[in-house]
Order: sequence, then C-alpha cells, then structure tokens
Amino acid sequence: MRPVNGRGAEPAAQAPVALIDLLDRLLNGGAVLTGDIVLSIADVDLVHISLRAVIRSITADAPGPAIIPPRARTEEY
Amino acid sequence: MSETEMEYVYAVGLGDLVLDGTAPVTGVDGGTVRTVGGGRGLTALVSTVPADRFAEEHLPRQLEDLERLEAIARAHHAVVDAAFATATVLPMRLATVYHDRARVAAMLDEQHPYFEELLRTLDGHVELGLKVYAEPKAAAPAGGPEPADASPGRAYLQRRRAERRRAQDTYGAARESAERAAEVASALASARAVHRPQQGEWSGGRGENVSNEAYLVPRQDVERFRAELGAVASDVPGVTIEVTGPWAPYSFAGGVSS
Repeated sequence: MRPVNGRGAEPAAQAPVALIDLLDRLLNGGAVLTGDIVLSIADVDLVHISLRAVIRSITADAPGPAIIPPRARTEEY
Repeated sequence: MSETEMEYVYAVGLGDLVLDGTAPVTGVDGGTVRTVGGGRGLTALVSTVPADRFAEEHLPRQLEDLERLEAIARAHHAVVDAAFATATVLPMRLATVYHDRARVAAMLDEQHPYFEELLRTLDGHVELGLKVYAEPKAAAPAGGPEPADASPGRAYLQRRRAERRRAQDTYGAARESAERAAEVASALASARAVHRPQQGEWSGGRGENVSNEAYLVPRQDVERFRAELGAVASDVPGVTIEVTGPWAPYSFAGGVSS
C-alpha cells in the first residue's frame, strides 16, 4: 500500500506549501546528526530569530498582543 | 576527500529509495539526487553541493538570505516529499552536510540502531500540521445603527470598547478552540509536537496564529483527522483552524515521545 502524500488523490495538499510551515519543520524538525554537521543548533536558532525579524518586517500588519500564555512543550526544540 | 564538494543529505530510509515525483526531482542547486547505502539496509538520499556555499563558514550567510533559504528549503522538501511518496523516510534538518559519501555511509552505520527504531515507529504514519488563528475583525457583527442620542465622542468610545471586548472574546474563543482541537487531534494521533506560533502574515489573512502544532497520524486516518478538526471551530466567529500536510514526519524525526 502506498503512503498518503502530497500528490494524486490529495487535492487539499495540491496547494504550494507555505514557506513558513516548511521552515518550522526544516529548522525545528528533521533529524539532527552528529559528525560533519556544519550548522550548530545555536546557528539554526539565530537563523530562526533573524528570519522572524525579517518576516515581521515585511508584514503589513503588526502582530496582535500575545494573549495566549505559553504552553508546555511536548517536544523540546 | 574533495575540498570543493560536499554531500547534502535529505533523508534516510530502509532499502532502495526511489523518487516518485510528478516531475523529475533535482536536489539543492539542481544537483542530481543519488543514494548512499550504509550497512544493514539503511539508505541516504544525497546530492553533491559546492563547498564554497555549504561549508561551515559560508552556510549561515546563505541561510540569512531569504530567497536563498527558500530555494534550499523547497529543494530539500521536494526530495523528501518525492521519497516519502513510496516509503517511510526520516527527513534531515535543513543543511545537513557531510564532507563526502564515505562519511555519509559511516554516519548511517553509526546511527543505525536509532534510525531503524525510529523508522519502525514512523512507519505507516504521516505528519499533519494543525494551526489555530484568531481574527477579531472577522468576528465583527454587522454595523448596527448608532444610538440617536449618543454624541459623536461617546459613540466613538462605545465603538472602541466594543472592539476591545470583541478582541478579548475572539482570543479567548481561539484559546478554547485550540485546546479542544488538541484534544481531538491527540485522540487520533500517536504523537504530538508543539511549534512556536507563527508571526507575521506569511500564511494569508487568517489573523493571528495562536497555536501551531504537528501530529503523527496513521496514514488511514488522515481524512478523519481533517474532518474532525474541521468541525472544531466551524461555528466559532473569528476563529479558523487549518490542517496542513500530509508531511513526511519532520517534527518527529528527533524521536517520538507520546
């Protein structure tokens, strides 16, 4: 049996993937290996922070108040 | 070891991995995607990239360039997604780079027990994203007539108060919807990962993202997940729930803690 994926019988997944959803997964997720890794987790965090600054700076609307209290994380990033 | 080239690793799986794309899939910077076999049946998908772009001292600068970052991220995802179409794969984090193919093979051998166990856990599952948005403006009632006896100043203050109340109500409703959505999603999933809420308007005009999570869901339950989550906030004004995916299990590649 073939896994479900973003093609064929999945019309909802036909839309191009939003970059921000992709970056969530590629910068926070994905297997992190040891060895020749040339990008430390700290670097990724820096990239992430500066990206968020970029994202905020290119948006028309200022983000609303952060009313939602931070929740316990089930996965530590 | 080549001084000018490195191997970019996209994903790891078991057996012969094939890329099942609707179009031919190329890797980062147009590189040809190939497999590197390790011992005991593990396979990595790799492509050669230039060291002058991906070596340690050059990489951070590339990732700070939004266009460049997007090109790398989309190429990475295209390869992962094409492999995920036919097999369970473990996606790597962005810009996982090794000096050469021998080092990739050695990494597969080193990580073998961990990869094998994780691939077994992930088998038959997909990742689905779950995002909840609050948009007070969308919850606005149709503008009623102003009270005739109200002065312009008083009418303005009343409007402002109503807007503030509406915002509070909408964020409260979004918080409740997010909690309910997490309960419904968790009942259908074998694992949950919580991402930081997304800031900015990158994903369209749905308002403010108040929760951004990922769930590891059995392949056969994807439609049920969509349907059940779609119903959670369908009647809540100003609150939107979005399900993304199916994704390869990016958010669970660091291990699964149910």
